[in-house]
Amino acid sequence: MAKKTKSLNLNFGPQHPAAHGVLRLILELDGEVVEKADPHIGLLHRGTEKLIEQKTYTQALPYFDRLDYVAPMNQEHAFALAAEKLLKIEVPIRAKYIRVIFCEIGRILSHILNVTTQALDVGALTPSLWGFEERETLMTFYERASGSRLHANYFRTGGVHQDIPIKLVDDIEKFCKSFPKIIDDLEGLLTDNRIFKQRNVEIGVVSKQEALDHSFSGVMLRGSGVPWDLRRSQPYEIYNDLDFKIPIGKNGDCYDRYLCRIEEMRESVKIILQCIERLPKGPVKSIDGKISPPNRDDLKQSMEALIHHFKLFTEGYRVPKGDVYTAVEAPKGEFGVYLISDGSNKPYRCKIRAPGFSHLQAMDYLIRGHMLADVPAVLGSLDIVFGEVDR
Amino acid sequence: MIDNLKKLETYLNSELSIKIRNSLIENNELLIEVDQKDLVQVIQFLKSDDKCKFRQLIDIAGVDYPSDENRFELVYLFLSHENNNRIKLSIKFKINQIINSITKIFPSANWMEREVFDMYGIKFKNHPDLRRILTDYGFKGHPLRKDFPLTGFNEVRYSEKEKKVIYEPVKLEQNYRNFDFESPWEGTSYLKEIKKKETNGKKN
Repeated sequence: MAKKTKSLNLNFGPQHPAAHGVLRLILELDGEVVEKADPHIGLLHRGTEKLIEQKTYTQALPYFDRLDYVAPMNQEHAFALAAEKLLKIEVPIRAKYIRVIFCEIGRILSHILNVTTQALDVGALTPSLWGFEERETLMTFYERASGSRLHANYFRTGGVHQDIPIKLVDDIEKFCKSFPKIIDDLEGLLTDNRIFKQRNVEIGVVSKQEALDHSFSGVMLRGSGVPWDLRRSQPYEIYNDLDFKIPIGKNGDCYDRYLCRIEEMRESVKIILQCIERLPKGPVKSIDGKISPPNRDDLKQSMEALIHHFKLFTEGYRVPKGDVYTAVEAPKGEFGVYLISDGSNKPYRCKIRAPGFSHLQAMDYLIRGHMLADVPAVLGSLDIVFGEVDR
Repeated sequence: MIDNLKKLETYLNSELSIKIRNSLIENNELLIEVDQKDLVQVIQFLKSDDKCKFRQLIDIAGVDYPSDENRFELVYLFLSHENNNRIKLSIKFKINQIINSITKIFPSANWMEREVFDMYGIKFKNHPDLRRILTDYGFKGHPLRKDFPLTGFNEVRYSEKEKKVIYEPVKLEQNYRNFDFESPWEGTSYLKEIKKKETNGKKN
């Protein structure tokens, strides 16, 4: 006679180091095999979209730093692009280069965090110690450009807030020269590591079709062998002129996604070096005084500049009526902003499309039939940050 | 890019002629408006048709226009990898109308529809699991509706007396102030009213 088995309900999170934030996962277990996973999200919900509706375009921008807080400038980028598209303004070429440099720095920031914490989840402590040292260096670059390590508020509509210090360019270049060695070290610890492979190979496999059906983007899509990167297929800024490769996975499992991220970091370094080499001189924000605020110097001399400054920081600028969807290739996937303007100085509606939202949604189908110990491994390779999932 | 969109627009207009209410290309983006009854059919067509191939649902965005007769609008954003195209599909409907779910066509619509339900209170037919998603357990109201106050209705704190987390109505030390900087040079509102009366008086 068969023994009667009872399935066990397990509450994973909301406070669990391997949950990568505040995820509450309700797991239905049969022994150690997961039968069903029900993610409860929203514990970090701050109503970003509602808040943005009450703020002017300039004031709305900092909210984007707080979404995916491991790569803040990539998010700002999507919003800045959306507003620029509605305003139909052109960004000066130097600003485009600076934006790309910092977007790629953001990509490295995010990938280091993800790769090393994924290793941490499956038992390797050292990579995170090495990786975080590099992250710290990168965040000082953020600080030197924008004044803060995390919440940069640096990309503005029409360009970037301020020009970068000359010395910073040299230091970024120096970093780019030394960083590939660190990636090699990380790979030495992980890529052929027996335990790491046992925990990641053929875990959380996603087929091409499933990746499309579940609205995957970024590494989650490329890991399954779909050659799709917005930087290449729908290029924005100057990505068209740059020479870089897009790593594609083959098996669509956690290990392939790890390999993709490692390769993407190497490509990002190449992109940054190319940008530094070509970095042109010139203005860093739109010269249209109705959109970008005047220089500090002009403020002391010119009445017009003073009026512009006052108007821009009280009323803000008005954006023509219309709706646009702009997307950027953020480190985690396609990050999009659907912006509706009613012609006033505040967005009428700003829908934020976060890549992590659809990735986490697929958790149930990814984890079914896997062991409980695979939950952190899969969760780690999804690259979830709750700032953007919960908004 | 624009050529492709124009071709796509004419193609869709010929294939789905009756179902499309309106279509326009603005800012390099194609938006088509359909009737909410035809939603599922049109989306099925967009996904499976050989020339469209919109295989990925990017997002569903709800919009609230409180003064319109058709108060809510849903905008579905699709992406086609094969043709490197995007399309926006919109439906407009009244407040208590129930919309057909598209979870059968795109499994990823599940959470997106849950979010719309949570934020706007729009109900979906044939949705497998229509629960709130982002807001708190036991939350009341739909926060992204324009008539929902920014500060909300309830606030949460830990009560030392009861030794638990309690919910209370929001108490603000100062009322929420929404500064209207839009037209400071036209004078304050009472001046406008006086002016209006003056002009009306002259006409009489």
